[in-house]
Amino acid sequence: MIDFEKIRSSFPILNVKVNDNKLVYFDNAATTQTPTQVTNTIRDYFYKQNSNIHRGVHHLSNISTEDFEQSRKKVREFVGAEKEEEIIFTKGTTDSINLVATSFQKFLKSGDEILISEMEHHSNIVPWQLCAEKTGAKIKVVSVTKEGEIDIDHLEKLLNEKTKILSITHISNTLGTINPITEITKLARKFDTKVFIDGAQAIAHQKVNVTELDVDFYCFSAHKLYGPTGVGVLYGKEEILEKLPPYQGGGEMIELVTFEKTTYAKLPSKFEAGTPNISGVIALGKAIEFIEDINLDLIFEYEAMLLNHYNEKSNKLEYYEPFGTSLNKSAIASFNLKKVHHYDIGVLLDNMGVAVRTGHHCTQPLHKKFNLDGTIRASFGIYNTKNEIDYFFDCLSRAYKMLY
Amino acid sequence: MTSVEKVQNEIVEELSLFSDWMEKYEYLIELGKDEINFDKKFMKDEFLINGCQSKVWLYAKENNSKISFHAYSDAIMTKGIIALLIKVFSNQSPDDIINAKLDFIDKIGLKNHLSATRANGLMSMIKQIKIYAIGFKEKNG
Repeated sequence: MIDFEKIRSSFPILNVKVNDNKLVYFDNAATTQTPTQVTNTIRDYFYKQNSNIHRGVHHLSNISTEDFEQSRKKVREFVGAEKEEEIIFTKGTTDSINLVATSFQKFLKSGDEILISEMEHHSNIVPWQLCAEKTGAKIKVVSVTKEGEIDIDHLEKLLNEKTKILSITHISNTLGTINPITEITKLARKFDTKVFIDGAQAIAHQKVNVTELDVDFYCFSAHKLYGPTGVGVLYGKEEILEKLPPYQGGGEMIELVTFEKTTYAKLPSKFEAGTPNISGVIALGKAIEFIEDINLDLIFEYEAMLLNHYNEKSNKLEYYEPFGTSLNKSAIASFNLKKVHHYDIGVLLDNMGVAVRTGHHCTQPLHKKFNLDGTIRASFGIYNTKNEIDYFFDCLSRAYKMLY
Repeated sequence: MTSVEKVQNEIVEELSLFSDWMEKYEYLIELGKDEINFDKKFMKDEFLINGCQSKVWLYAKENNSKISFHAYSDAIMTKGIIALLIKVFSNQSPDDIINAKLDFIDKIGLKNHLSATRANGLMSMIKQIKIYAIGFKEKNG
């Protein structure tokens, strides 16, 4: 059982008032709130141990280095990776994708193909476009069905020996669809296509095991996992990371520097140039502890219950138009209300204390395919409740009546 | 007092009648629902204003050295805000439009109730209105 009072009391921000209304935070797909366990860790770091890591001989540097590496160990266990060398700390999901889309250029030549899908976030489109421009590789795009699922037949058709890498989201940030990663990976293996998974929307909502999924790369951000912004993770299989050239040059990533030639450090340092976000990485470790204390299987069940309750309410509204109706969904609900602009709804909900996202949610091509200018998106986290969903629908019908 | 200032004061007075923001929004929505004088043939990309979360099309016409503005948005509240802007700027001379100080936006507290991106959208609209005024002024030499 989830101890709800205890969880909510860890998030002081939930007591914020917006226009005298209690905040209802339904924008968890954009960022999750940070519990006191995590904010205390950040504060304590600066009060007791702030220092640079991996190079000092002094006390502060030693304990910070130890905590930093402890976080790496936690991340490794959390995602089920085999080795700590396979866990690279980055600035976030976008940074992780850019890293691979840049370093992987070494293995691409003109005529090669990169496979993405129509439901990708701009962060999983644009880095590959830059990569394609540099290498002459072509981007191929897998279709999404009207329910909002990856068209697996189409994916199978597009895969061939020229497909060097495919990059697909684990869970769509707009549609909420949970993609069948194992199935996709199996198909990719037939052609030795490398598999990159954007796990930004999955990592805090269900158990992820990169070894079981058998993916080559997996990435996510700490701030969608109840951790701080500015920190992310890239998991990569050791043998591939070994072959990739460094992404950025600087401190920490070197073994020996002369003006003629520099040799690079071993994994994971090779990809961690410059002083990292030390407090953020340590806080990410704390966020993982926080999640594991609650238990990800219970979180998945709980959020599925929330989505179910949400769907029961939305099904009763004849003016509600859902975007993404897959049966295999995470707790993300995008929609429009008939004949009303998403922006108008967003402004009124905000005024009533409800935080949702409006617009294209960084998936313009997906919206365009379905002829939508934008949608409203409600996305849930572990502190949300059925009562909040009821309040949300009260607000929604009130807003609709005002506008229509 | 210029007539631009006069219209602004009227708007501020009208909106000050409402005690909370929900009522102000209701007022903007009602304004947004009103029929407006907008020729749909101008609903083209070249008349679209950049930087708005919702789509806004704007064109201007000149009549006896006064400019009239015509705008449309697919979002009702935006349309309501546009209606306010048009009230302020329409049937004014290019010089009055170019020199207008827009204190009504601060006075009615609209800016605080728009997110940064939305406030930028509002500023883009005003900028475009002023660009039209400059254009007409130059044309008339």
